[in-house]
Amino acid sequence: MQHISRITFHASRITLYVLLLAPIAVFLLHAFSVRWFYPQVVPTEWTVEPFLRQLGTPRTRMALVSSLQIGLLTSGLALLVGYPAARTLGLREFPGKGLAFLLVFLPTVMPPVAIGIGLNILFLRLGLTGTVLGVTLVHLVPVLPYVVFTLASVFARYDPNFEHQARVLGASPAQIFFGVTLPLILPGMLVATLFAFLVSWSQYLLTLLIGGGQVITLPILLFSTVSGGNPTTISVLSLLFVAPPILFILLTARYLTSEAGGYEVTVRG
Amino acid sequence: MRERFLTFLSLVPALGLIALLFGASLLYGITQSLGYLPFIQQETLSLEAYRNLLVGPSAANTEFWGSLGFSLWVSGAATLLSALLALVIVTFIGERLRAGTGSLMLLNLNLAFPHLVWAIGLSLLLAQSGLLARIATLLGLIDAPAEFPVLVRDRFGIGIILHYVTKGTPFLILMLLSVIRSQTEAYSMVAENLGATLWQRLRYVTFPLVLPGLTAGSLLIFAFVFGAYEVPALLGVRFPRMLSVLALEFFRNPDLGSRAEGMAISVIMALVVLVVAATARHLTSRSS
Repeated sequence: MQHISRITFHASRITLYVLLLAPIAVFLLHAFSVRWFYPQVVPTEWTVEPFLRQLGTPRTRMALVSSLQIGLLTSGLALLVGYPAARTLGLREFPGKGLAFLLVFLPTVMPPVAIGIGLNILFLRLGLTGTVLGVTLVHLVPVLPYVVFTLASVFARYDPNFEHQARVLGASPAQIFFGVTLPLILPGMLVATLFAFLVSWSQYLLTLLIGGGQVITLPILLFSTVSGGNPTTISVLSLLFVAPPILFILLTARYLTSEAGGYEVTVRG
Repeated sequence: MRERFLTFLSLVPALGLIALLFGASLLYGITQSLGYLPFIQQETLSLEAYRNLLVGPSAANTEFWGSLGFSLWVSGAATLLSALLALVIVTFIGERLRAGTGSLMLLNLNLAFPHLVWAIGLSLLLAQSGLLARIATLLGLIDAPAEFPVLVRDRFGIGIILHYVTKGTPFLILMLLSVIRSQTEAYSMVAENLGATLWQRLRYVTFPLVLPGLTAGSLLIFAFVFGAYEVPALLGVRFPRMLSVLALEFFRNPDLGSRAEGMAISVIMALVVLVVAATARHLTSRSS
């Protein structure tokens, strides 16, 4: 009995691994090969040339820069704006707390189509469409809730008495924040930041609707390449696009595996 | 008093920004769906867009009901399959999955994968000349690409459903593992010590603990799939289309009249999603 269950376990685990890794494998096979046609299962000619050429294309570089810029700007802003609210929501009890959580929760389930076409008109009037600032602002709609939820759950396990002690000993607010608070919440803070970046990095529809074809991020470029592009180009761009998420998981592996299931909602892509 | 004021003040930046952006998008969406289009000097409110969609007779009407049905089919099938798979996997290999950090990392990796890239990966994998078709040829199962079943860009939405099952199942597995980790271990052990069989332990200990979370998670997946755009746009066909794809096309139509219909579709989608999400929240708050 023990024996059979072990075999079932390993069989299921291997199936799971294959399923979860197959898309990455197929990108690697396409990106680093030439003339890989049906019915070859494995390419016969390998090359890094298309990969390097794609990296050298101005269009790709500009898309990478835009994506990075918007991702950094969005996560920075979200952290700044979200921190005070998350601290209060995590540490305090107050009337209307449930309502506050509900307000933060709502944008995470709202269809991006509804948010994007609704804001399109407003941003058009404000002259924000087609600008990096406009795209950053609209990215805050899905990003800010993640930051607030992640940091609020960090503060729910946080003991503010350490701060009291520092204050009693005469520390300034800045000293308390950098010397006491930040070191204590650093892991959660890092995860929140990376998370925020990743959610912004993955946005397609909101960027399309507010960027209006003038802000070209990596997903916008990738999506337009899919119709009509060849599998090699598509795969190279896909690999560039998934590199940060993969790095993110590797970097935070220890935290995530000990906190498995810490995600409240899936990453919207 | 000062305490209260500080609490309020700390919430203002984040909640204010969310309320502003979210509220504005709702407000603009609703007023435009009611035909308030000041840029073409149309400032009276009417339910015409909704009437066109819901009762017709119009081209939009025929498309709307087809798309609604298709959206419900795809979201429903993807949600049920993910929930079932996750429950089976967690029941049978959950204990061991939890112990292996490699598995947990892969599941998290799947979550972090942007949907756009996962969909592209699936289409390269499942196309008629894709990797799976080539393996099938190698094994002698098929002789030509055309013999491989159409799994992406098919009219039943199989590609879209496959996408969300492969993305939804890992999400639910992680969610269930965290529920189990926090609760059942001791109960399950107690039950075993008291002589409960495997089935009794599942039936009376694991399932009751896991089901509220599973239902809430599944409803969130449903809401998410129902509102998603890029995956159905990539892995779907022109007909039938999911509501989000239809809404965007109407919205981008140069004919400004159909713009209101696009907005109306997005308002209807938002309502469906809100009802589903509210149910999910109700279940979570009741169980915790």
